[in-house]
Amino acid sequence: MSTPGPDLETEAESTGLPAFPTWRAVYVFVVAFFAVIVTLMILLERSFA
Amino acid sequence: MTWPDYLVLFGAILGIAVYGIWRSRKNRDLGSYLKGAGDANWLVIGLSVMATQASAITFLSTPGQGYEGGLGFVQNYFGAPFALILIAAVFLPIYRRLKVYTAYEYLGNRFDAKTRLLGAGLFLLNRGLGAGITIYAPAIVLSTVMGWRLDLTIIGSGLVVIAYTVSGGTDAVTHTQKYQLAVVFAGMAAAFAVLISMLPANVSTRDVFTVAGGFHKLQAVDFSVSFGKRYTFWSGMIGGLFLALSYFGTDQSQVQRYISGASLRESRMGLMFNAICKIPMQFFILLLGCYLFVFYQFYRPPVLFNQTAWHQGLATPSGPRLAESERRLGAAHDEKLVAIRRWLDASHRGDTSAAEASRLQAVAANARETQARKDASKTLKDAGVKSSNDTDYVFIRFIVEELPHGLIGLLMAAFFAAALSSKAAELNALGSATTIDVYRHLVKREDAHYYKASRLFTVFWGLLAIGFALFANLSENLIQATNILGSVFYGVILGIFLGAFFFKKIEGTAIFIGAVVAQLVVFACYFRIGERVTYLWYNVIGCALCLVIAASLQAIFDRRKELAA
Repeated sequence: MSTPGPDLETEAESTGLPAFPTWRAVYVFVVAFFAVIVTLMILLERSFA
Repeated sequence: MTWPDYLVLFGAILGIAVYGIWRSRKNRDLGSYLKGAGDANWLVIGLSVMATQASAITFLSTPGQGYEGGLGFVQNYFGAPFALILIAAVFLPIYRRLKVYTAYEYLGNRFDAKTRLLGAGLFLLNRGLGAGITIYAPAIVLSTVMGWRLDLTIIGSGLVVIAYTVSGGTDAVTHTQKYQLAVVFAGMAAAFAVLISMLPANVSTRDVFTVAGGFHKLQAVDFSVSFGKRYTFWSGMIGGLFLALSYFGTDQSQVQRYISGASLRESRMGLMFNAICKIPMQFFILLLGCYLFVFYQFYRPPVLFNQTAWHQGLATPSGPRLAESERRLGAAHDEKLVAIRRWLDASHRGDTSAAEASRLQAVAANARETQARKDASKTLKDAGVKSSNDTDYVFIRFIVEELPHGLIGLLMAAFFAAALSSKAAELNALGSATTIDVYRHLVKREDAHYYKASRLFTVFWGLLAIGFALFANLSENLIQATNILGSVFYGVILGIFLGAFFFKKIEGTAIFIGAVVAQLVVFACYFRIGERVTYLWYNVIGCALCLVIAASLQAIFDRRKELAA
């Protein structure tokens, strides 16, 4: 049985978002957003510890 | 509840349900019933994925979790953004390219029929049991608010959910979820606003955070390394990643949502919407719980938030002992209130040593209050009064006693909207997987027959869920019970899918044996060592075991083939 792998062509497909032309850029933004959220939560905790 | 509450409740719930039925009136074939019309945009997909996960349990039980344990539970979701990225990049294109109805069809395509049946079987077992919990949660709300019998409430609300789901199908489920979520968010925002407005006038937002922080409720991120601690950064990032990857990537109730997108782009954007919104949403629901905790520092809370069970207990011979617990709690609370006032005054003056001394007094008084509550719970249990975890009743008690009429109805509508949206998706997925992965595999008939069968299986799973809910007597907080149940199964299911996606040499028999053995080991671990290893790690254990055993077996099988050749 053949194994369908990740479709690499779809990575080049446009996201339709001017600020994030590739899906890789969208994924990087999501990870950066996560880092900011976690940092803010740590700051909140330390401010009122 | 008064007539304005009923008007809001029934208006919102029935209005959305009727819209769903009307929206899907033309979908009367198997394809559109199971996958929808295929025209959903990214926002519909995103809200649908969110609404499927965020059940009534999320909005009912999570504030109680925040009240008791603070923000730490948010770490449970730290793996979700990474899982959703992986699903959008790898899983989703494959599902869409193969045009599958269910995720388990892919397993049949990649491995063999028995592995497909195993994957679907584990999903059905997990979701079938979980479906009982999803019906149980809103039933608690109704029985508490209305004073109805819990068993009759479970049956009544369960039948309403079944009727809505069977008539709707995937399209109705997906398109009604956006309105249901709107009701949910409106209700939660209104409750939060009222809660803030009801705090004493001289208590500022800074004071709220000072009190919450002083009782360690704001500790959202814990970097300690401990397998026994339920929520740490590491258990959330690693165990949570596996849980989210398995739930969003292989659970049919979720896969069915995002494969119905109009295009790959719309489905991907829907997933990224969730990757961004999931953690902030859970944070604010937990923060609501922290605000509730602070609110009940200034206003005396009941000994038990489940007042139905409390009043039943008072009528038993143990009544005087419960009254004594109430007296102890009152004394501890009065003492704590004085200490908190001193603490905040000292804090405003900038006198840190006096503030710390008063804080420690407040913490000690709080420990006595907690002990009085624990003693009361034990007395109630010894008296034979049935009651699930009291933290599940914290938010609903606040709503019923403190919110104005009309808003109570809106919050009830919010809980029911959340319950309907996730329940509908679950039953829809259970019916689909049973029809496509089991029944169609065994009985060869035309699609019209499978369309009818799918509706009948949906009814079957709904009735089974009602049965489980009737016998549920959970000692766990509801939101944790759902995650624990998922973690016992999800790791192995994920192992099967990761084997399919990334390990091309592994074949059907090896992965099948690996999955069965891994699932048995996870069961044994859970029942033997339980919470000495916190449940999130079972996702990692199940997945890793499945893959290691399958890879080892495949190596043995290949070696034998070589020798035979």
